Amino acid sequence: MLTLDGATVRFGARAVLDAVDLTVGEHEIVCVLGPSGSGKSTLLRAVAGLQALDAGRVLLGGADQAGVPAHRRGVGLMFQDHQLFPQKDVAGNVAFGPRMHGVPKEERAARVGELLDLVGLPGAGRRSVAALSGGEQQRVALARALAPRPRLLMLDEPLGQLDRGLRERLVVELRALFGRLGTTVLAVTHDQGEAFALADRVVVMRDGRIVRSGTPVDVWRQPGSEFVARFLGFENVVPATVSGAVAETAWGRIPVPDGSPQGSRTLLVRPAGVLVTDGGLACRVESRTFRGHHVTVVLRPADGPPLEAELPLREVPEVGAEVTVAFRTEEVVVLDGDEAKGGGGPGGQSRS
Amino acid sequence: MRRDLRGNAARLGLMVLPVAFFAVFFAWPVVSIVERGLRPDGAWDLGEIGTTLGRSDILGVLGFTVWQAAASTGLTLLVALPGAYVFARFAFPGKGVLRAVVTVPFVLPTVLVGTAFLALVGRGGFTDELWGLRLDTTVWAILLAHVFFNYAVVVRTVGGLWAQLDPRQEEAARVLGASRWAAWRTVTLPALVPAVSAAALMVFLFTFTSFGVVQILGGDAYTTLEAEIYRQTARLLDLRTAAVLTLVQFAAVGAILAVHARTVRRRETSLRLVSPELTARPPRGAGQWALLGGVLVSVALLVLLPLGVLVERSFATPEGYGLRYYRALGSLDASGTFLVPPLEAVGNSLRYAVAATAIAVVVGGLAAAALTRRAGRLVRGFDALLMLPLGVSAVTVGFGFLITLDEPPFDLRASWILVPLAQALVGVPFVVRTMLPVLRAVDQRLREAAAVLGASPWRAWREVDLPLVRRALLIAAGFAFAVSLGEFGATVFIARPDNPTLPVAVARLLGRPGELNYGQAMALSTILMVVCAVSLLLLERLRTDRTTGEF
Amino acid sequence: MHTKKAAAVALAAALGVTGLAACSTEDAREAAGKTGAPAPKTVTLVSHDSFNASKEVLAEFTKQTGLTVKVLKAGDAGEAVNKEILTKGSPQGDVFFGVDNTLLSRAVDNGIFVPYEAKGADRIPETFKLDERVTPVDTGDVCVNYDKKYFADKKLAPPQTFDDLAKPEYKDLLVVENPERSSPGLGFLLGTVAKYGDEGWQDYWKKLKANGVRTVDSWELAYNQEFSGSAGGKEAKGDRPLVVSYASSPPVEVLYADPQPKEAPTGVSTGTCFRQIEFAGLLEGAKNPEGGKALIDFLVSKKFQDDMPLQMFVNPVAKDAALPELFTKHGVVVEKPETVAPEKITENREAWIQQWSSLVLK
Repeated sequence: MLTLDGATVRFGARAVLDAVDLTVGEHEIVCVLGPSGSGKSTLLRAVAGLQALDAGRVLLGGADQAGVPAHRRGVGLMFQDHQLFPQKDVAGNVAFGPRMHGVPKEERAARVGELLDLVGLPGAGRRSVAALSGGEQQRVALARALAPRPRLLMLDEPLGQLDRGLRERLVVELRALFGRLGTTVLAVTHDQGEAFALADRVVVMRDGRIVRSGTPVDVWRQPGSEFVARFLGFENVVPATVSGAVAETAWGRIPVPDGSPQGSRTLLVRPAGVLVTDGGLACRVESRTFRGHHVTVVLRPADGPPLEAELPLREVPEVGAEVTVAFRTEEVVVLDGDEAKGGGGPGGQSRS
Repeated sequence: MRRDLRGNAARLGLMVLPVAFFAVFFAWPVVSIVERGLRPDGAWDLGEIGTTLGRSDILGVLGFTVWQAAASTGLTLLVALPGAYVFARFAFPGKGVLRAVVTVPFVLPTVLVGTAFLALVGRGGFTDELWGLRLDTTVWAILLAHVFFNYAVVVRTVGGLWAQLDPRQEEAARVLGASRWAAWRTVTLPALVPAVSAAALMVFLFTFTSFGVVQILGGDAYTTLEAEIYRQTARLLDLRTAAVLTLVQFAAVGAILAVHARTVRRRETSLRLVSPELTARPPRGAGQWALLGGVLVSVALLVLLPLGVLVERSFATPEGYGLRYYRALGSLDASGTFLVPPLEAVGNSLRYAVAATAIAVVVGGLAAAALTRRAGRLVRGFDALLMLPLGVSAVTVGFGFLITLDEPPFDLRASWILVPLAQALVGVPFVVRTMLPVLRAVDQRLREAAAVLGASPWRAWREVDLPLVRRALLIAAGFAFAVSLGEFGATVFIARPDNPTLPVAVARLLGRPGELNYGQAMALSTILMVVCAVSLLLLERLRTDRTTGEF
Repeated sequence: MHTKKAAAVALAAALGVTGLAACSTEDAREAAGKTGAPAPKTVTLVSHDSFNASKEVLAEFTKQTGLTVKVLKAGDAGEAVNKEILTKGSPQGDVFFGVDNTLLSRAVDNGIFVPYEAKGADRIPETFKLDERVTPVDTGDVCVNYDKKYFADKKLAPPQTFDDLAKPEYKDLLVVENPERSSPGLGFLLGTVAKYGDEGWQDYWKKLKANGVRTVDSWELAYNQEFSGSAGGKEAKGDRPLVVSYASSPPVEVLYADPQPKEAPTGVSTGTCFRQIEFAGLLEGAKNPEGGKALIDFLVSKKFQDDMPLQMFVNPVAKDAALPELFTKHGVVVEKPETVAPEKITENREAWIQQWSSLVLK
């Protein structure tokens, strides 16, 4: 469906998109995840034709889009802050795309009604967009983006401005909706929870480059690099020398799974893999944070960076207590050097 | 880079027509007449510049010109900004009519403004009767008349944008702990700065080049650079001195434009624009009613009263009030002399005004569209160039026309189109200045949203920009129309075929003795005011968008 | 000239769509006239804003010659003349009408006219023929007008001469126009120069000033705002019963009143008059010189001369022209108007105005 081939955009000397290769298959939902400034939005704008490429190609359905202006690309884009047309009412906004494509009036009206039902705003057509709540605006923006039946729908921080409950519910709704419509979706977000919940495949970007691509489970299991690991919220990352099934680190010797890469590496220990036991690495408890099902405890070892542990409620030591910890092998991951892995990833993955 | 090239090419394409227009109908005539003055026999005579500039009387004139323009601008802003607020944010009955009426002074021939103002502040006038206060031949009369003239400029340009600013932004600031004043100062004022600054600039340029008002109300005591250029050119035909003065005026206006550009460029930002209907509410609370009342009183005193004097005189016959002068307009008088067929004059006026408005809107609209995206030095320079006609003496332009537009294909001196063309020169800056702040305030991503939904750039402009600037465009068109109806600028100084417009007819009637002539002049002025007000009202009623009723 | 034309053509091509097409037929007709092949059908008369002629009379000219008259109004008399001087050699029209004796020398010395003697010029008194290059068309007198009612109420005889105006009984009664900016103002100043001579006129003005003369910018302000005898002045509570205007103003007051009074409300101080003579001339570089000549002939014809008084409120120059009843009944005959030779005016005008300003305004 969509292929980016060495897509590069420079703002002055800085490459905002740096030779990005990416493929989105038919009916696939791909989520680009990255911190702000990583080039995610530029990626969408380049695909939409709002941002010219300095090098590389964008192909839609196999056709090179060079020289094709935005309005002829047939893609949909839902803006981060919606950008609803203030002078048009809800129906006017939703009907805009079909109108531009010359859809007859009756058909347009029917489509608007359909879409407003779909996004859960039946009968809202006459309302002024200025009078809508944030969530309603989001829904109108979505309906508007879907109305011209784009071959590729792009979402820029689709749920960014919503409260948590609404966001979680909408993620589920959206996935179901896209599944039902068979829409191909390329979304960008900085929220990993949103990305993992929504996407068939997650693509992590850093400084204009793709550093990891894979299914949500894959990426979660093997972040691949210290950057991705940290971006996903993992703090227990430490340089290590791996030889056989053991890694030498500032935290001492840590067992690693079989078949881990050898040599000078970076080691990730998931918080769930840090166990308070008798004997092992001596640490002092620095802080505790209650998380509901568990408690996150920050431990300060004598040497090396602080260590985060996820402990069951009943095992939690007091702040200031001296404890010793051991590591569970299955929660230890040997990361490659940054950017060694990633790139385009497998293309054509489909949910079906 | 590719994208910049394409964008620049599009912008340049849009600018071709405005640039050509200004080159032919402004730059070429002005440069020619200045050259005629400074290079009389094929050799540049630049020594004159120093000599003229060294004259103390010229420096005095320059000083007074700048001083009165600054004072008039300040006074106008002081009086008219509350008016802009009231017209933008309050809904009250008769608002549309009143907004049209405050624009009427714009179309009045200067000699009538003089008459009206003398009735207000002169011998036996309003202030004389009430407080024994006479301001004629003082500088106050000039300043007040300038406020009278330019009230609408501020109300319409600033109010136009103000009405579309989202009031919730100010509310947000209030919630964050800002007082009403602080919220206005920190949220609304910065958003208004481009419009206020543009309005101030226009008022300044208008008053800087003020001619008739200063001559009539200032008597012999006060002279502006414009009046001096007129004297040197049209009376003395001393083109050398006139050329030097034109250059001085040019330099002064250039400096003002540079300052203006600096203040505005940094402030222009994308704003949330909403429909003006959503922001206007009936006034609530004593404070708002007092504000509304205060503005209405100031409008009544400064605008309605002087206009009312003219209307009153059009009905006042020696036997008491009656329609005699109006009837006289419609009938041949005893001797069979038919000075001005009034219907014909109305027709001529409307024809000129429509043509001038069309030219100004097309040229100004293209220029504004090209200038929407802030870009390089070239474009900015063009931005300033568009304002220059407001700051260049009308007599310079008019006499420039005479010596340049004498050969095909521009042998236009005897053509009626020259009049609207000259009027459009003054109208274009209005169109650009009124539309640009709004166009620049439109979020670029709205256009992108339209593009992604399948709208071509032209379609996106029509669907997104046009509805948002529709109001600004109509306001601008209204100005261009009023400017043209009022015979502004160079038209006074170009020869015209003998089809009199309303202001010309009024001037002609006033130029003759006789009670009927005077009465008919007043009646015709009243008709001129009505034509102006009705035209503006109709213009504002025009709906170009189809926001509602689409399904 | 060549590059100017080339640039113009290039710009025209760029303009293309400005809507100039609107006037293309008109221009095409004129352009056809320029190539010279067919005789042009129009003749263009450039004049000042006060020019007026009745439609029937202009139609008569078309009937006689087959030519249509196109009138271009180029501002007040001073502006109009200066515009012709500026466009010398490439004039806006074929004939200029409206240069008076105060501007005549400047105009002819700049060579804007081609000498032409009108057919029928023998019917014009020689005293009006100040220059052989131009043809006199009308005369008018700038005189002090008085408000009859004021003087009747005060039981005071209205002033008749320049000397009277400086007398104490007429203190604070006179309003005059600035000669620099107003044509009657200049006429009145020239009248005083003629009357009192180069030596004496400044003393006279000192007396006038001491006697409370008021100066305003334009005839409109003086007559409609300050003069107590006019309709406008009454509305504006004008407090000056004496104003510098024209000898023809009282008949015009009668003409433009409804109902017309038996007697004019204003009178003329016949000893305060300066004579203006207006001329017409064939413009150098005229596109239709033959048509222009025919038009000048027509301007002094009986038909036009008879029509003129009620159109422009001036006196005809042709001996055989008849004054309308309005003029004979309500007008005055100015026996001895003051005059100054055109050359002398051109030579001294700026200096006189300068001296006048420093005397009266400062």
